[in-house]
Formats: sequence, structure tokens, C-alpha cells
Amino acid sequence: MDLQTTIYIFVGLSFALYIGIAVWARAGSTSEFYAAGGSVHPVTNGMATAADWMSAASFISMAGLISNMGYGGGLFLMGWTGGYVLLAMLLAPYLRKFGKFTVPQFIGDRFYSKSASTVAVVCLLVASLTYIIGQMTGVGIAFSRFLGVSSDTGIYVGMAIVFAYAVFGGMKGITYTQVAQYIVLILAYTVPAVFISLQLTGNPIPQLGLGSNLAGQDVSLLSKLDQVVTELGFGKYTTSLPGSTLNMFMYTMSLMIGTAGLPHVIMRFFTVPSVKDARSSAGWALVFIAILYTTAPAVAAMAKTNLIRTITPGVVMQNADPFGAESAIKYEARPDWMKRWETTGLLKFQDKNGDGRIQYYNDKTKDKAVLDKAAAAGWKGNELDVNADIIVLANPEIALLPNWVIALVAAGGLAAALSTAAGLLMAISSAVSHDLVKGVFNPNISEKNELLAGKVSMAVAILVAGYLGLNPPGFAAGTVALAFGIAASSLFPAIMMGIFSKKMNKEGAMAGMLAGLFFTLFYVFAHKGIFFIKGTEYLGLIGGANSLFGITPEAIGAVGAMVNFGVAFLVDKFTKEPPAHIQAMVEAVRVPRGSKAVTGAH
Amino acid sequence: MKEDKSSHAYWKATLGLLTKILIIWFAVSFGAGILFVDLFNKISLGGYPLGFWFAHQGSIYIFIALIFYYAKKMGDIDRRFDVHED
Repeated sequence: MDLQTTIYIFVGLSFALYIGIAVWARAGSTSEFYAAGGSVHPVTNGMATAADWMSAASFISMAGLISNMGYGGGLFLMGWTGGYVLLAMLLAPYLRKFGKFTVPQFIGDRFYSKSASTVAVVCLLVASLTYIIGQMTGVGIAFSRFLGVSSDTGIYVGMAIVFAYAVFGGMKGITYTQVAQYIVLILAYTVPAVFISLQLTGNPIPQLGLGSNLAGQDVSLLSKLDQVVTELGFGKYTTSLPGSTLNMFMYTMSLMIGTAGLPHVIMRFFTVPSVKDARSSAGWALVFIAILYTTAPAVAAMAKTNLIRTITPGVVMQNADPFGAESAIKYEARPDWMKRWETTGLLKFQDKNGDGRIQYYNDKTKDKAVLDKAAAAGWKGNELDVNADIIVLANPEIALLPNWVIALVAAGGLAAALSTAAGLLMAISSAVSHDLVKGVFNPNISEKNELLAGKVSMAVAILVAGYLGLNPPGFAAGTVALAFGIAASSLFPAIMMGIFSKKMNKEGAMAGMLAGLFFTLFYVFAHKGIFFIKGTEYLGLIGGANSLFGITPEAIGAVGAMVNFGVAFLVDKFTKEPPAHIQAMVEAVRVPRGSKAVTGAH
Repeated sequence: MKEDKSSHAYWKATLGLLTKILIIWFAVSFGAGILFVDLFNKISLGGYPLGFWFAHQGSIYIFIALIFYYAKKMGDIDRRFDVHED
């Protein structure tokens, strides 16, 4: 059976499975559906949370970026897992005790003010919308490969399917569909990694393979990779930094506190049966997330190794000289996977020196020895441009794995992208229809119109995200990192102060959220354009790119959070302290006893 | 002397546990994985430089352990101060 047919069958089967489970779970019993939160085992719940959380950024984009960044890519690995420690200890149990459904509801009640809740809605919308732009980029890539079209067409198809998926809706709420999605997604990620690890190191466990010797050699995979990439002018794999140590620190911190501030993640912990479960379910979620996250660095390093092996076959396993006249493969003889990815426009070859061979190296390196060798070999610049976002999807093809593995990865990538995009659209529509329209503008709105407002806001969000996804502000994972920065600087500090500071008042919280949000957006928009529209960047105004101590816009959220805390405490000092009943409420939230089922219509 | 069972003492015990865990959380990721990574890279763990291992693998395993440790210890504190659920 040819590859394309196999892919259709796998993707078709996985979708049939999700829909089948959705229908089966519905038909079971209605009461069970609504009480699912109470009867679902913490382990099952952890799996569902993991599926919800791991998006196109984790699945499709992250390992590709790590593959290019090397050691520095660890900021994604630590950042997107370390946040769960904060979530489990600082927020989840207390928000569960508080017993409301949405983040704006908590902010509104704790800070006894509708305006505070509205500010929270605005922060939530900006963060979620940015997040979806990243998802749409990922969805576009998955569909472009899957249908063999350009990545722009892929985004249009993706927009239509995500919309249908989100409006169909019910699927999202059903834990067991998400469990199925998790299983498809994790198999799709680990199966090829196991094969590739076996091929390269003889060790079937990728986490151990990454620390092993190359098969049949005395040298470890990582030190060989270090040597080969350095020869080609790239940064040394195990030590290359993203900018500076300070930037890596801030970037990691931003992702961690952003994780603990993202509304669609926090919401999962509102619905667990008890405070005790809220604490451990974050642990279970992280176990299931870690299976992917500890495999990702192996996928990254091995994909880089295999890419170099493909283009210069003797270099990794036989110590051939990458600059030798016969080392690089002829373009005519390139493997099929390169041809397939060329149709998407995400892999490009340009024969700069006209020798008909592919030269792949870092022509912007400052290492003079590398440039001299390249010039001596008659190279006129790097000729192969591989978009980092395709690495994971192309990985099994690069390793020449069987067709069914490639098809499985396509199904997994779509599962990851669709489930998270749908989840975020839900968060957006409930924030607009419930917290904003019903809560602020029109409390008497009918249920039907509330639903309509939700659907309209979903459609608008998809159109905006799709449009911006055509010219994304960065790779999928980079764009998603911006969303985390926004959540980190606006929502996390407000929620945390709401629990840990009895005296924090509404003026302080609102001033803090607004200051954090505007500070972060100001810095991000300076680099990426106002509302991410190309051509509206204003770098001159802030004195050039990364002008704040070399911190990149993806890492600025941590600084924004500090601004938020600082402003909040300053304003709090000069304004009235919160009323006694609010202080008593904070006391009550801190103690588990007396937790009740969640209230607040949803 | 009788142990202080007030909500004030409960909160103090909770914050004590949080501080302890946050120190480890910071030490493995920001410490071993970022700030002192060069120092740790001098040691190797199998084929891994140790600092690189903390940044790409080790921190994640320790994070999981920390959450379960926290959940267990918090349960103990809840019972000691008699504020547990049910």
C-alpha cells in the first residue's frame, strides 16, 4: 500500500475512534456524563489533562527547535514541565477549594470587583489568542504534509476542520475521548523514537539511547554530534546557549509561571473531586506529559544526526570528511521524503554553487576555519533550508521507517493540534459569552444568545488566528512561548497574590495585571509587530532588538511578572485594605476542610 | 506543652513545606541546568554531560517526584492539624 493511502487510513481511523467514543460515552448515561469529574480516576484524569495540554507546539514543533538549539532547547523541556510544580503547590488546591469554574470568576470574587474580572478576561483573551496562532501554524504544517499542499492551503483546511471540531463541541468535554487522543499521540511520538534509537545506538529506550554510544562505535552519540555540528559551523550541541544565560533563565521562568497562569490548564483542576485530588492530579498529568518530554530531547538529537547522515552519508558512522568532494549527496539522488516536503514549501534547496550536490552547513558561523574549509571545497553558502517545525513529522521518513509509522505520526500530530486548539477556543468562547457578555454587558441575556455569542467569538478567533498564522510571529513553539509570557505576566501573579496575600486589594491586583500585560505586550509588539501584524514593529523605539539586557521577547514574561508584583504591592500600600469578609474568605480557601462541589453555571 | 493547632500554625507549616520544595525545584532546574551548567558538565553520567542531563532529562524526573512528595506531606499536615476533608 502506498504511503498516502496509509496516512488516510490511519488519520481516518483515529478520527473514527474519537467520534465513536464520544457517541458511546454520551449514550451511556447523561448523569454519568455530567458527574464524570467525580467518578474519573486521577490517573485517567491525568491522561486527559496531558492530551489537553500537549499541543502542536509540544508535539510538532518542540523537538525540531531543540534539534537546532541543542542544550538551549532545554528551556522548553524544563519550562513546560516545571510549571506543574508551581501549579500543584501554589494554585490548584486553593482554586479547587474556592470552587468556581473560570479564572475570571475567581479574580472577580477574590478582588470583589467586576472590573477586576473584566481585566482578567482581557488578559485571558490575549494569551489564548496568541496561543491559537501558534496552534494554527502547527495545524497548517500537519495538513500541508498530510494532503500534499502548500502550508498556506494547509492552514485554510485546518481552520475549517478546527472550527467544525470545536463547534461539535461535546467531544472536548468527554474525558475518554481525550484519553484516546493521548494514547494515539503518545504512541505516535514514542514508536518512531524507539525505532530510531535502536537504529542509532542499539538501545530501544530513547531516554537511555541519548546517553549511549553510537551502534558499533566507541563514541557516544552526543559527543559525535557535538563534533559533527561544530565541523559544519553550528553551535556545539550540548552547550549552545540561546543568547545568554540570563535569557535562558528568564525564558525558562516565563514558561514555568506561564504554565501555572494559563486558563485552560488551570480549569482542569477546578473540576477534580477534592482538594487532595487537585494536589496529586497535577502529578499524574506531569507523569504522562513527561513521557513525551523526556523522549523529545532524544528525538531532537537523533533527528539532527539523521539529517546530517542523509545529506553527507559517511560522516557520522564512518568519520568521512564533510567537506570531501564526494561527501554530500547529489540533489537528483535525494530521498523521497525531501521531495514530499518540498511540495509544502517548508524544505527548500537552492544550488548556489551549481555542483548539483546539497551543501548543508552554517554559513553565518564566526568560525573562520569552517568558512575557509567551505570556500576551499567550492561551497557558496548553505543550500538546504529545513523549517524547524517539520522535523518531528519528517523524522520517521528521514530514518526510512515503515509507512505505518509515518502514518501514525501524521495522526498523532493532528490529534495534538486539534485537541488543544479546540480546548482554547472553548476557553475563549466561555470567557466572552459567560464572563464578559453575561457578566458585564448584558446580565439578562438569554441562554440561546449566550451560546450564539460563544460561537461567534469562536469563529472570530479562528479567522484572526488563521490570518496571523499565515505569517506567524515565529515557529509554532516560539509563538506559543509568547502566549505563556503573556499569561505569566498578567494572570499568574494576580491569582497567586489572591491566595497568598490576605491584604492584597482590588486596586493593587488590577494595576498589577494591567502593568504586567502592557509591559509584556509593549516589548513583544516592538519585535513582532502590533498585534503580530507584519510591518508594524517599532524596534527603534526601544533601542533595537532584545534591548533589555539581551532578553528576547519570548522570555520577557518573567520580567513582566516582576513588574506585575511590584506595581501591585506599591498600589496596595497606598489604597484601602480589602473588606473583612474577603480576608475571611482567603483564610477559608487555605484550608481543605469543607470543600464542596463546584458551583457557578457553566 | 500542647501543639499549636491554630490556622496560623497550619499555614506556617504549609509555607515551610512549600519553601523546602521550591528550593529543590530551583536548584535542579535553574541551578544545575542553567546557572552552574558548565560546572556540572565536567561530570558525566553515562554518555551525558551532567549539566546537559539536568536540563534535558533530570529536572523533569525530579519535578514529578516533588509533586507526589508534596501531595503526601500536605496530606500529613492536613491530618496533624485536623483540617482534612471527609
